[in-house]
Amino acid sequence: MAAISFSGVKKRYQKNDVIHGVDVEIEAGEFVVILGPSGCGKSTLLRMIAGLEEISEGTIAIDGKVVNELEPRERGCAMVFQNYALYPHMSVRQNIGYALKVAGMPKAEREAKVLKVAKSVSLEPYLDRKPGELSGGQRQRVAMARAMVREPKVFLFDEPFSNLDAKLRVAMRAEVRNLHRSLGVTSVFVTHDQTEAMTLADRLIVMNSGFVEQVGKPSEVYHHPASLFVADFIGSPAMNLVRGFFGEDGYFRHGKGGMVNLPGLAKAHLSREVSIGIRPELVRRVDAGHKDAIAAVVDYTEELGASRLVYARADGSPIIAVDSGTDALGTGMPVHFALSESDIHVFDHSNGRRVDHNGRPVRATDTVSA
Amino acid sequence: MIERSPVFNIFTYAAMTLGLLVVLVPFWIVIVAGSQSLQEVSRVPIVLWPSSHLWENIQAAWARADLGPKMINSLIVASGVTFGKIVLASISAFAIVFFDFRARMVCFWMIFITLMLPLEVRIVPTYAIAANALLPFQVVLDTLGITGLVQTLSSVRIGLEWNLLNSYTGLILPLVATATGTFLYRQFFMTIPDELIEASKMDGASPVRFFFDVLLPLSRTNMLALATIMFVSSWNQYLWPLLITTDRTNYGTVVMQLKALIPTQNGTPDWNVTMAGALIIMLPPLLIVALMQRWFVRGLITRDK
Repeated sequence: MAAISFSGVKKRYQKNDVIHGVDVEIEAGEFVVILGPSGCGKSTLLRMIAGLEEISEGTIAIDGKVVNELEPRERGCAMVFQNYALYPHMSVRQNIGYALKVAGMPKAEREAKVLKVAKSVSLEPYLDRKPGELSGGQRQRVAMARAMVREPKVFLFDEPFSNLDAKLRVAMRAEVRNLHRSLGVTSVFVTHDQTEAMTLADRLIVMNSGFVEQVGKPSEVYHHPASLFVADFIGSPAMNLVRGFFGEDGYFRHGKGGMVNLPGLAKAHLSREVSIGIRPELVRRVDAGHKDAIAAVVDYTEELGASRLVYARADGSPIIAVDSGTDALGTGMPVHFALSESDIHVFDHSNGRRVDHNGRPVRATDTVSA
Repeated sequence: MIERSPVFNIFTYAAMTLGLLVVLVPFWIVIVAGSQSLQEVSRVPIVLWPSSHLWENIQAAWARADLGPKMINSLIVASGVTFGKIVLASISAFAIVFFDFRARMVCFWMIFITLMLPLEVRIVPTYAIAANALLPFQVVLDTLGITGLVQTLSSVRIGLEWNLLNSYTGLILPLVATATGTFLYRQFFMTIPDELIEASKMDGASPVRFFFDVLLPLSRTNMLALATIMFVSSWNQYLWPLLITTDRTNYGTVVMQLKALIPTQNGTPDWNVTMAGALIIMLPPLLIVALMQRWFVRGLITRDK
């Protein structure tokens, strides 16, 4: 088990910064998921921990020891790659045992270790096969066994499940989770799949174009996104985000003359352009006569079985709501929604950061509770 | 292109048969002539049907051209050149593909350009080097004035000399450099996924270890294909061995001995013996190709995983 700490870590290719300074502490034994869209620098960050990419600026320390200048093999990390990266000409046994062979471990001891690890990921029957003769899931298991056999201080996963089908992915997810529970090794897992991220992570690091947008527990990140990007990126369907501004009269003005009465929020956010956000499942559908009801027109609906998604438009601004009603809702029909002020997030439009209800901006690493 | 019509089929079969005939007829003539007696081979018009004297002719050719020791020489030279080429090609391609040093593209192009300089073009300078392999160093020392300096100080004149004429080293070394091999290996190495290299780094393998444990086993089919081509081409070398060996008895190769088998202007026109000799001499490369053809095709065309 080892803690990893990043301080001012930057990555630069020629003159382009791709990572703009990361300051994050990962605790010993923690399972951290780095989540972000393609090209946000998440894999680069992982490869910098592994030692496969140079660190342009700042330091990465594993267990308090700065590893910037260490070779990959000296860092005590094991990595599981996206395309498995198994040696095609070696049997499963040789693949798993290769690191130990390189380290000069005697054959008998090596065999025993390989067998033990293979057992733990139920690969025993396949030990003498070549990777080409295995299924995707089995190959992924070999890759994991290869990482485990070295008893590393840190596990690094670089989008390991993106080549597996949906069902296998769920199974492997559970397997990784169990593995972490039983070994307790600090793990860093990179993915662009938010379901994977939410279910696996003790803590999430959400990244976007080289910046850390938010660090926090999955529920924190979901319920209290620290920036517009996080609000939009996490959750499916995405959070409703409407651009506009608050007036002194307590109304939020948006779209083509749309007005929403939010007197509790208005005071703190006067005089700046903001976006307000609310999760679709917190948008309530109400009767036309409801006080402060927002009138909207249905675009279309999507049936999910237990509920349905209503895509509507209120004064030119799109709004999505999760609705459990069973009445017919066709295109062009009127609907009415109501919002609770406590469910609404406010983001400063100039920098995309969340602003709390006292008007103070929220930082990426803040633990948000209100 | 997939085309299926009777006319097209006839056409393709005709083309293939013609090609096969063009390749096989010379072989047939060699076999036929090699099996005839002196009278039969001198008959006009030529008889294109084998006779029964093959074994005697082979014995005669073997004795006349001293093919026993020459065969061993040829084997030594051809295997030496093949081995050297593979080692040199794999190592240089390894350096060019996997190491990011400043002059790597320059190095690659320098090697690649030598494709345009076959042995025949550079034969005179190559001979000069073979006559004294240390000549370039001598020239460097002379131009830098070090020779003169040492001579005035210690009255000893530096004269570096390493003569490669009439030696296996001389027959092998100048043929070892190969742009084709380096290129083939480079193309193969470039198909190795980066993740494999990274995985071996994570496993703690040094570059040399990676080369021996991962790259060489993976390039086995390529290596065999390359070995086949190289063996055949170095077996067939004629000009270079002819030039560098004055001591034919000890260092002659079989292909050079073909000359000894051709009837002289006023001698007996025993082409049957010449053909039997040719048959012996082309047998080893034929065998190699026959044995290796499975790997040969696979290594050059497809890629097994």
